Amino acid sequence: MSAVEKQNPVEARLDALTIPEGGFAAPARAEALARLRAMGLPGRRDEYWKYTNPADLVAAMPPVAPAFDNGDETPVFDAIDRLKIVFVDGVFDAAASDDLTLAGVEIARLAEPADISWAGGLYGKLEADGQTPVARPMAALNTAAATDGVLIRVTGQAARPINLIYVHSSETSDPILHHCIKLEAGAELTVLENGPAGARFNKVMEVDVGEGARFHHVRAQGRDHQRRAVTHIFARVAANALFKSFTLTANGVLTRNECVIDIVGDDAVAHVAGAALGDGATGAFHHDDTVFVTHGALRCESRQVFKKVLKHGATGVFQGKILVKEGAQKTDGYQISQSLLLDDDSQFLAKPELEIYADDVQCSHGSTTGAIDETALFYLRSRGVPVDEAIKLLVLSFLADTIEEIEDERLRDDITERLEAWLNRHQD
Amino acid sequence: MVEENLEVREGVDRETVETVQNMGSYKYGWDTEIEMEFAPKGVNEDIVRLISEKNEEPEWMTEWRLQAFRRWKEMAEPDWAMLKIPAIDYQDIYYYARPKSMETKPKSLDEVDPKLLATYEKLGIPLKEQLILAGVEGAEKLQEGETRVAVDAVFDSVSVGTTFKDELAKAGVIFCSISEAIKEHPELVKKYLGSVVPQSDNFFATLNSAVFSDGSFVYIPPNTRCPMELSTYFRINAENTGQFERTLIIADKGSYVSYLEGCTAPKRDTAQLHAAVVEIVVLEDAEVKYSTVQNWFPGDEDGKGGIYNFVTKRADCREARAKVMWTQVETGSAITWKYPSCILRGDDTQGEFYSIAIANNWQQADTGTKMIHLGKNTKSRIVSKGISAGQAQNTYRGLVTMHPKAKNSRNYTQCDSLLIGDKCGAHTVPYIEVKNNSSRVEHEATTSKVDDDQLFYCRARGMDEEEAVALVVNGFCREVLQALPMEFAMEAQSLVAISLEGSVG
Repeated sequence: MSAVEKQNPVEARLDALTIPEGGFAAPARAEALARLRAMGLPGRRDEYWKYTNPADLVAAMPPVAPAFDNGDETPVFDAIDRLKIVFVDGVFDAAASDDLTLAGVEIARLAEPADISWAGGLYGKLEADGQTPVARPMAALNTAAATDGVLIRVTGQAARPINLIYVHSSETSDPILHHCIKLEAGAELTVLENGPAGARFNKVMEVDVGEGARFHHVRAQGRDHQRRAVTHIFARVAANALFKSFTLTANGVLTRNECVIDIVGDDAVAHVAGAALGDGATGAFHHDDTVFVTHGALRCESRQVFKKVLKHGATGVFQGKILVKEGAQKTDGYQISQSLLLDDDSQFLAKPELEIYADDVQCSHGSTTGAIDETALFYLRSRGVPVDEAIKLLVLSFLADTIEEIEDERLRDDITERLEAWLNRHQD
Repeated sequence: MVEENLEVREGVDRETVETVQNMGSYKYGWDTEIEMEFAPKGVNEDIVRLISEKNEEPEWMTEWRLQAFRRWKEMAEPDWAMLKIPAIDYQDIYYYARPKSMETKPKSLDEVDPKLLATYEKLGIPLKEQLILAGVEGAEKLQEGETRVAVDAVFDSVSVGTTFKDELAKAGVIFCSISEAIKEHPELVKKYLGSVVPQSDNFFATLNSAVFSDGSFVYIPPNTRCPMELSTYFRINAENTGQFERTLIIADKGSYVSYLEGCTAPKRDTAQLHAAVVEIVVLEDAEVKYSTVQNWFPGDEDGKGGIYNFVTKRADCREARAKVMWTQVETGSAITWKYPSCILRGDDTQGEFYSIAIANNWQQADTGTKMIHLGKNTKSRIVSKGISAGQAQNTYRGLVTMHPKAKNSRNYTQCDSLLIGDKCGAHTVPYIEVKNNSSRVEHEATTSKVDDDQLFYCRARGMDEEEAVALVVNGFCREVLQALPMEFAMEAQSLVAISLEGSVG
């Protein structure tokens, strides 16, 4: 590495990218670039990256990762009637995608914007707001350099879920995608995401949930072991609105999922949940859930429910925060982070925070870590359940609270099947 | 003689409790007009040498201080705590001040300036030892068979007297000022000083290592139960003076000691710096209880003045089955930055942390603990109660870490915050690191306000609002108050009430 690169990793990273020019997003990209240069890329010494080494995420080029073969497993969400939008290594695949028309919904692409005056004020806006009080340079990098993504505006009730499918093909692909979703007052939409995306993936999703609107998000990150991914969700939730997001993560050498929720209207509800399964025997596993929920209005409810099952040297990280602003009275905030360590080599690192400036609130958090309950295991075995089966049952019951956060029963069942399949594959 | 002395003793106790109950604001806000001897303001190698010289320290100690000072110059003030710390000019502080009458240390307590002793009486040193501090002949004998507390009193930078020395010596217990220990017991000091909190541990501890002026030293020999509770009483008196005391406690194999610490300072418009270090070494099967009632001047209603309290406290359970228990009631100081910690190094060691932190008006507190589990079957328990009122900010910050070798270990953490009023803040910043699966870690935290039903119940029974709030808050703190030794529990309860005065209505 030359001395120049050493001095300035931001420039080294930017040099490896082609930043799209022109279009409605140009001003937002320029601002994001300035933000990024001011912040610098995250390093090991950053408090916000205390438990996750960002080196592979910030390096100019991604480590090589071959595409992963899912075997004969039916792709997730396959049985669901949905509108598919496919990106291969971050490039839109028109042939594999459905027609981008859906009643009550306008869909455009960042790379080919049509009439998207509504998106001008949204692209990069929530990301920029989400940079305080904690800097998120990887998201600024995304806004500046994203090559594609979907722009979705929902005015009514979407008839079908929209499914964003990420396909990984090239072993050096390094896609950067940025989606913007705007739900007008009273609208409703479900977004599904799945697939491994690339050798390294940087994704931002900005969601503006209007008054009384309902947004559901269910994501199954790919089963690829060599994945390095950093993803951000930035959500603004207006009065009486509902925001619900669930993520299933199985495998992945390095995954950092950030979720930044700003509750700005009274009586709104925001839930974010995640289940992560990691087995260090199939390659390293490091999974980091970083959540920041800000309550800025009256009588709102937020939930953070995160559980991890770890074995063979896997590492799970949870950094969660509930910030209740002055005046956000009657807030009901709850956060739980738990991990089940299936053997002695794995570790769980957690930083569950509360920061509260209003007195009439109920906020709490809990965090537990430990092994499988021997008493429960003994009980099941004494009733003739084989040990592997018993462990599987106990793990599933441990994860149940997160799955419960998915409202749609079909999606819940689909995700549960994935969990069981993973546990069957990783029994030793 | 007997009766008279007992009366004084009881009088003080009664007075202490009553005064605490009656006073509306900070009652230790007076200063004592005693002629002081100051070293010039600011800190540099010469000042460090001067402090060392004034304490008649051996060369190795001077060198140790200088080493720390050189490191400190390279360090930056930490900024990670949720505190707004006004810029501190480290060159605008007196690092050494001592009462002139101490210029030649008194050979016995009889020679102590009566004004100093009057100061301690005014403080209502929660206990009875000013009788002994005053050098009343035979006082020590008279107290036999009763609960007694030996005290080391530190006035600004200098230890002014230690009580009950003879009797403690009979049991083999060494309890003296650290400056004395450096001269009399250099082998112990050399072996243990800086072994728990290294010279360059953090910015404030390093500064303390360089300029600490005095403090207390305790050594409990093997298989000895310290015959009485030990206590240090700290007071900052002179203006613009920083107090940097250093406490070193060594509990040898199978021993037990309970240690109490109290502190006050006069009311001043300008803030004062306090950066202390407490090191505790606990050897096999030994047990140490360390209780603090911190009541430094918190600043006035507008946030002017007050003590900036930056304290490093750490206990090392170095050998098997060692136990340590920290209990703290933090009601004072404009800024509190304090994390009494336990290193659970030996197998089957135990650490406990009980804390009440009250912040009112413009006070800021960032306090908590670290439980570092290194040995097998280690246990820790954290109970933290934070109360915020007025415009105050109160943060619990803690670390629980289970190292891969700390098999079968347990931690339970409970931190509750109570908010009184809508302008204050309560925050929780726990770090939890679990690196083996036979250990179990549980953490719970809640934030809520004073329960309206409970308040209504108290009011309906004729209490005024302040009384009712004080009672409810005392109930909220009960678990921690119960962990305090009797002598402190009473005073702490009243302190809880006082600290919250003016926060309702």
